[in-house]
Amino acid sequence: MTSIPILKERESQIWQKGETPFSITCDKHSLAGAISQRACVFCGSRVVLYPIADAVHLVHGPIGCAAYTWDIRGALSSGPELHRLSFSTDLQERDVIFGGEKKLAAVLGELIDRHRPKAAFVYSTCIVGIIGDDVAAVCRKVEREKGIPVLPVHSEGFKGTKKDGYKAACDALFRIIGTGPINDISPQSINILGEFNIGGEAWIIRKYYERMGVQVVSVMTGDGRVDEIRRAHGAALNVVQCSGSMTQLAQMMEEKYGIPHIRVSYFGIEDMSKALYDVAERFPDNPEIMARTREMVREEIAAIRPELAEFRKDLEGKKAAIYVGGAFKAFSLIKALRHLGMRVILAGSQTGNDEDYEMLRDLCDDGTVIVDDANPLELSKYIIEKDADLVIGGVKERPIAYKMGVGFCDHNHERKIPLAGYVGMRNFAEEVHRSVSSPVWRFAPRRGAKLEKTEVTPC
Amino acid sequence: MLTTSETPTEERYAATRNACKLCTPLGACLAFKGIRGAIPLLHGSQGCSTYIRRYLISHFKEPVDIACSNFAEQTAIFGGGLNMKVALENINTQYAPEFIGVATTCLSETIGDDVPMFLKDFRTTHADEDLPPLAHVSTPSYSGTHIDGFHGAVRAAVAAVVREKGTGDHVNLLPGMVSPADLRHLKRIVSDFGLFFVMLPDYSETLDGAPWWEYHRIPEGGTPVDAIARMGSAAASIEFGRILAETDAGDSAGMLLRKDFDVPLYRLGLPMGVGETDRFFAALEAVSGRPTPEKYVKERGRLIDAYVDGHKYVSGVTAAIYGEEDLVVGLAAFLGEIGITPVLCASGGKSGHLKQKITEVVGDIDKKNIQILSGADFIDIADIAEDLKPDLIIGHSKGYSVARKIDTPLVRVGFPIHDRVGGGRLHHLGYRGAQELFDRIVNALLEKRQADSGLGYSYM
Ligand code: SF4
Ligand code: SF4
Repeated sequence: MTSIPILKERESQIWQKGETPFSITCDKHSLAGAISQRACVFCGSRVVLYPIADAVHLVHGPIGCAAYTWDIRGALSSGPELHRLSFSTDLQERDVIFGGEKKLAAVLGELIDRHRPKAAFVYSTCIVGIIGDDVAAVCRKVEREKGIPVLPVHSEGFKGTKKDGYKAACDALFRIIGTGPINDISPQSINILGEFNIGGEAWIIRKYYERMGVQVVSVMTGDGRVDEIRRAHGAALNVVQCSGSMTQLAQMMEEKYGIPHIRVSYFGIEDMSKALYDVAERFPDNPEIMARTREMVREEIAAIRPELAEFRKDLEGKKAAIYVGGAFKAFSLIKALRHLGMRVILAGSQTGNDEDYEMLRDLCDDGTVIVDDANPLELSKYIIEKDADLVIGGVKERPIAYKMGVGFCDHNHERKIPLAGYVGMRNFAEEVHRSVSSPVWRFAPRRGAKLEKTEVTPC
Repeated sequence: MLTTSETPTEERYAATRNACKLCTPLGACLAFKGIRGAIPLLHGSQGCSTYIRRYLISHFKEPVDIACSNFAEQTAIFGGGLNMKVALENINTQYAPEFIGVATTCLSETIGDDVPMFLKDFRTTHADEDLPPLAHVSTPSYSGTHIDGFHGAVRAAVAAVVREKGTGDHVNLLPGMVSPADLRHLKRIVSDFGLFFVMLPDYSETLDGAPWWEYHRIPEGGTPVDAIARMGSAAASIEFGRILAETDAGDSAGMLLRKDFDVPLYRLGLPMGVGETDRFFAALEAVSGRPTPEKYVKERGRLIDAYVDGHKYVSGVTAAIYGEEDLVVGLAAFLGEIGITPVLCASGGKSGHLKQKITEVVGDIDKKNIQILSGADFIDIADIAEDLKPDLIIGHSKGYSVARKIDTPLVRVGFPIHDRVGGGRLHHLGYRGAQELFDRIVNALLEKRQADSGLGYSYM
């Protein structure tokens, strides 16, 4: 086969364990002309704020940015579902020439009157700054008129990466926090940050903490409600998942309200258990919390262990490639896959930083390829060379895997199944098993079955 | 955004809620994917291309590589010329493409990048290299929708490649934005007339192919560049789309070929249903000088037989339909001939011609109480559908929320099909497409009736 060339400028963003001393460049703007799997600043903001279900999310700009993010995430709500609607100012040529402020104000007013939200988020997309709209001013004006928080989110797509979008979202949230009553909040209380309730995951996690005897003041932003977020400053501890998106908010809250934070992950047995124990440890005055946690963890693990063992029988020795948005998730996945007897042959992320990649290096076996901001050609190159049996990624990685006759597990925001918590681990194992053990791969050209000539003879 | 009149007035500012359209460069990328060895390049910021890829992948379930010139903050200030150059160089090294189709985004349009000049410079500075054709289409989303990007890209490809007139006996087929299955079916039909043809675009394989033995930088299939070059010497062009036919002279690929290369042009509606398909076959008979092959005469016969067998289940039925304007016109034509009234015809597009074209295919729309909605979004559609209570909804996946709200079956057609498999394998065109649609529609009605019935008969 023709070997796939790696662009020179990209070489420093790929490293193979065991070859040369560790070095990887990251936090780099994507190369022009390379087909990055990354999104944009706006996408980052949207991911973080989207699950707030009683707010209007208005995308200010031309239609595409809003149309492509309409109801594409599996973030569930137990009540209102405003977040599942897609609102856009749908700027037209005339607005681009004369400015979109008037339209923005009118549209905001209309939406707030019609949907009676608790807050409105206004996302600026690429051209908004360029046509000179003062979005913050319009927001202030409408906020005064309507009496609800109207928050500008500065998420012009090209002004940075997805991480800057997280930051913009955190800034908006920070403005709401601290505006609600906190007198009834228990001293054993937490906020759950960076958990978006994909397939109901926030509900699972929240239940665990509540069973331990810890009050959950707010989840940001899974099944999110504005009034809960207003009270978030009353919690004793911030528990932050998915380092990339909301650590910043935790830091801001630490500075202003003195709330400490810990980083956790809810994927896989080890990390899930650690997330619970770490919280329990924070409340040493209530030893029952730790006792209940131990009990619960034991129960939960016992409940899934037999099934995991069954899945493992078929998965032992299979090879996986992981390509996800944030590197933190990759750590958990590597550990979770080990539980299933699987090896990781490629680990990469869209937006990892130095620290992340060093940690990945330590976690991985020899021969594992580590890659930052990969493109489809690179991904397929290593999937083939390393002969992967499974790819874990998002919608854009799926067809690469399938074309090459390799199984796939969706670990992105679009999925509808919870993969967090103990039941999530069980679901994950089932998902992986379902794909890897399917009989269809034997028909895929790369799986050896270059369908030899079928012969039939008459009797 | 609700504009009930045909000339959309923007005096009243309104939000677009759950858009019934996509942005212009999406259509351009899709069209470019139908050229052999092509890489679409979006000139603008990364997010647009990633979102567009994601959206296309979710429908076609195939790799969709779209490059991007990746604007950074500086780029927006100093212009995207350098990014464009680097992007083109990198694409050439990594993909060795046979064609590069450049589409702009809102950002590069707003800052006023002069893309034709960038491309000219690039050609000059790389004069000693064997460059692939570079086509450019201007696709700001603040004017137009994805369908405009699609047609614009087809036209741009023709403009970039076709140079010579001639007297060939082949025919150009400009099918518009239809499914890969439709494209395959069209190719079959034209071949069965004994005609040589160039179909542009042709993503029937690039976006609906077999699994691979090795990774392809660019999927196999698509219209070869040298075939596009021959379009100037064709005996005729056939271009689908009654709405497209209204675009100003020269604004479609077919018109361009007629104007600059004297290629006679048949402008037909999308061949949906018997009437519109008959017109397509008549055009093929005229171009080939041959009668319709027996096979299609029989296919047509079976279709009419099926119309008769199923007529009672559809007669008097009402439907709400939506999608690209030309698809809506095609659907209306088909529904009209089987006795279904399309009581709501909606589109996110606003060419200004929808009402007139629907009238052309179904007759007096006022007498039939047909509402036409241009520049519509799905909240408008839901509001009206709730009122009209149609028996059926016909359109792509994004209308599911409406169908669910009013508890009405949704028959999925067009793009995108994000909540079912096989979107690319649906037939809409020709007698065969009508047959498939007819069966699906009748069965959807029967299924609803059966499910709602307290008796649950297992015969009709
Ligand atoms: S900025 Fe324009 S091109 Fe980009 S996604 Fe939005 S509408 Fe589409
Ligand atoms: S890059 Fe800009 S225009 Fe494109 S999707 Fe992101 S915010 Fe929208």
